[in-house]
Amino acid sequence: MLTDTICYHCGEICTPDKIEYDQKSFCCTGCKLVYEILAENNLCTYYELDQQPGQTIKEHYLGDRFAYLDAPGITEKLQTFRDENSVHLRFHIPAMHCSSCIWLLENFGRISPGILRSQVDFIHKQFLVVYNPAILSLRKIVESLTLIGYEPELNLQQLSKVPEKKKSRIRIIRIGVAGFAFGNIMLLSFPEYLAETRSAVEFSRTFGYLNLLLSLPVFFFSSWEFIGSAIKSFRQKAINIDVPLAIGIIAIFLRSVYEVLSGSGPGYFDSMTGLVFFMLIGRNFQDKTFSWLSFERDYNSYLPIAVTRLKGIKEESVAVNDLQVNDRIILRNQDIIPADITLLSEQADVDYSFITGESRPVTCLRGERVFAGARIIGTPAEALVQKQVSQSYITQLWNQSPAGKTFISGFSRLTSVISKWFIAVTLLVAVGGWWYWYPIEPARAINAFTSVLVIACACALALSAPFTFGNMLRILGRNGIYLRNAAVIEKLADVRTVVFDKTGTLTVPEVISNAWSGNKLTLPELDAIRSVAAASNHPLSRQLANSIQGSIIPVSSVVELPGMGIQGNSGGLSIFLGKSEYCNAPGQVASDSSVVHVSVNGKYYGFFKSANAYRKGVLDLMHNLKSDRIQLAILSGDNDSERQRLTELTGQSENLHFNQRPEDKLKYIRELQHKSSGVLMAGDGLNDAGALFQSDVGLAVAADVNNFSPACDGILTGNQLVNLADLLAYARSGIRIIIVSFIISLLYNAFGLYYAVTGNLSPMFAAILMPISTTSLVLFTVLSSSYKARSLGFVAKP
Amino acid sequence: MSVILILIGSSILVAGGFLLAFLWSVNDGQYDDDISPAVRILIEPKITDTTTTTSKKI
Repeated sequence: MLTDTICYHCGEICTPDKIEYDQKSFCCTGCKLVYEILAENNLCTYYELDQQPGQTIKEHYLGDRFAYLDAPGITEKLQTFRDENSVHLRFHIPAMHCSSCIWLLENFGRISPGILRSQVDFIHKQFLVVYNPAILSLRKIVESLTLIGYEPELNLQQLSKVPEKKKSRIRIIRIGVAGFAFGNIMLLSFPEYLAETRSAVEFSRTFGYLNLLLSLPVFFFSSWEFIGSAIKSFRQKAINIDVPLAIGIIAIFLRSVYEVLSGSGPGYFDSMTGLVFFMLIGRNFQDKTFSWLSFERDYNSYLPIAVTRLKGIKEESVAVNDLQVNDRIILRNQDIIPADITLLSEQADVDYSFITGESRPVTCLRGERVFAGARIIGTPAEALVQKQVSQSYITQLWNQSPAGKTFISGFSRLTSVISKWFIAVTLLVAVGGWWYWYPIEPARAINAFTSVLVIACACALALSAPFTFGNMLRILGRNGIYLRNAAVIEKLADVRTVVFDKTGTLTVPEVISNAWSGNKLTLPELDAIRSVAAASNHPLSRQLANSIQGSIIPVSSVVELPGMGIQGNSGGLSIFLGKSEYCNAPGQVASDSSVVHVSVNGKYYGFFKSANAYRKGVLDLMHNLKSDRIQLAILSGDNDSERQRLTELTGQSENLHFNQRPEDKLKYIRELQHKSSGVLMAGDGLNDAGALFQSDVGLAVAADVNNFSPACDGILTGNQLVNLADLLAYARSGIRIIIVSFIISLLYNAFGLYYAVTGNLSPMFAAILMPISTTSLVLFTVLSSSYKARSLGFVAKP
Repeated sequence: MSVILILIGSSILVAGGFLLAFLWSVNDGQYDDDISPAVRILIEPKITDTTTTTSKKI
């Protein structure tokens, strides 16, 4: 057996009809074209920085695809800055993924003269371009980017989006300030730890005032993250994790200020600043997630920016928001339909995969209604706008999602439950200490009271959850499971019911197996059928050509009848492919849009029926979920022809629902939630958007995470769906890790409290206990969550 | 021994200078993207490239 040849550009395995060029192999003409462009411009360093860095280029003819970008006003809407000689544009390019990408994009000016500057922001997958409007246009830039495989994401949402403020910067500054104060206060407090020496006593007052001064910005600025949020939650009559933290910080600060000013002691400034520093780092660790992914897409991000409108016989580009009812528009190959339309052309092939998850294109005929969000495949089509963009089906679908449901906030429910208990117990112990000492020694009573609040500060608690969840989010991200935030993990741990969408979620969207029924075909016949099918542009023929193993041989006298089929002579055989009447099929054979009939030399042979294949491992997944006592349900928008197979897969005949419209799915989830808690919905298309939104955890399954996906709590790459049972188990073990670490922190606290209630808490003791307890807890949570990930089969290391 | 006060005062001033530098760099956006600059600096322009480079980055 021959070893597979790998495409020099994109790294995909080349099919037998590979292209040899410049002593290198390419899988398609698109990849070769990119290589040519790069070679011409001396940009082949691209291939040296990383192995096969390119994107597969299947579509290398752009035609008028980006003509709409020439429409007046579009550039103005997209630009971030403009003066006489330069325009600044910021694109989101989902395809960038490696150092070669950075290099090529930053050298983009060599391909496209007129580019003044180009810079990549890899974290956010942003590409900043400054160009000279006299030489270049927006359309040309987008076209040349697309030609080399870096198509920018252009959609309606970008027009309305306000550039997001850098929110995380304020936290970084807070961390910096706290770290600065912490380090300096530690140094100044050090003599105090060894306070028996006389020289130290001399300076202790000066050092005390210096410490107080240094801690002021920490208290008033850095710790505002906790105090501010505690005040906010107090106003809403709720207690979150920040309340005990704020109480602790305030108690330590006031007590220390009193000690320094009264000269009775050095205070606990080192503990306080260290605490704030570590806890801010914990917060940052947890929150820093997938800034390049968007979990909050609405219908605007599905729709194009502009479309070609026909006025008389003149074509013009118009922004989709300005489309009016009864406008005539032209939709080209790969164009997304921006509004509900009726077709004016004889026929068109429409891909509904964004809406239903079904990737098989549908052929629509003249006068048929086509909904917004679908994609035109193949020949261009002319259409009449039926509804404005804001009134279309896709928009309605979106708006019926429960209004006002905010996705789970970043705050973890578990810790807020524990916080309440924590506050109650701490206050009880503090008051108890005060009450015990007050009759004996009043001065000591207040000392004991504040000492308890100082030592029992919920820092361990506040650190264990962020570090556990933060580490889990990272590990899952490495495995292609991108969760919105830490609270989703908690929700996952509570899941009792899992609901799947069928098409595109349980089935593999890209793989379509063509089942043959009829006489057995010989190899030369298969070759001939494949070759004739490859000559056609019809989506079904293309699928057929891709799914048959065989070689392409020359075809002669090809005739294609639109809406009927194609005929051609190949390898000495006359092949007819198409509808049943085109191939003279006997009357009783199946005939629908997924069937291609075949006749060879005028004799009817049989037909190919295409069907979506289920993902590998679905059977095991169902089995694993069932053994974890999780209820299963399947919602499908299709008819119940798959009922038999799904019953076999799930091992149950109930809870399989077919012919579900988007609103039915939403209703079904809502009913489930009345009966039990913890409903997880896994879906992919826009028709699942409502259900994803309504469910406790909505996971979107995407072949490519950078593609469109409805608003959700998490995005899964398709091949990770079969690990869903492991994901749920991992979430549950995460909760266990937090509970164990909480018990550990309780032990530390009990130890410290023993000293605190007696009123004998020394600053040095506090300063040693605090870092030991925090570091040991952080180590425990991170190590155990990584270990657990490995034992469940997730990759833990980057 | 009071010289120690001068030393501590100046050490805090120096540290404060670094803190200011840090704040400045954060506000400047230096930490917004911590991958591409790291990659960028490792990529060397090829010697053969220099002959054909007409449109240089500014």
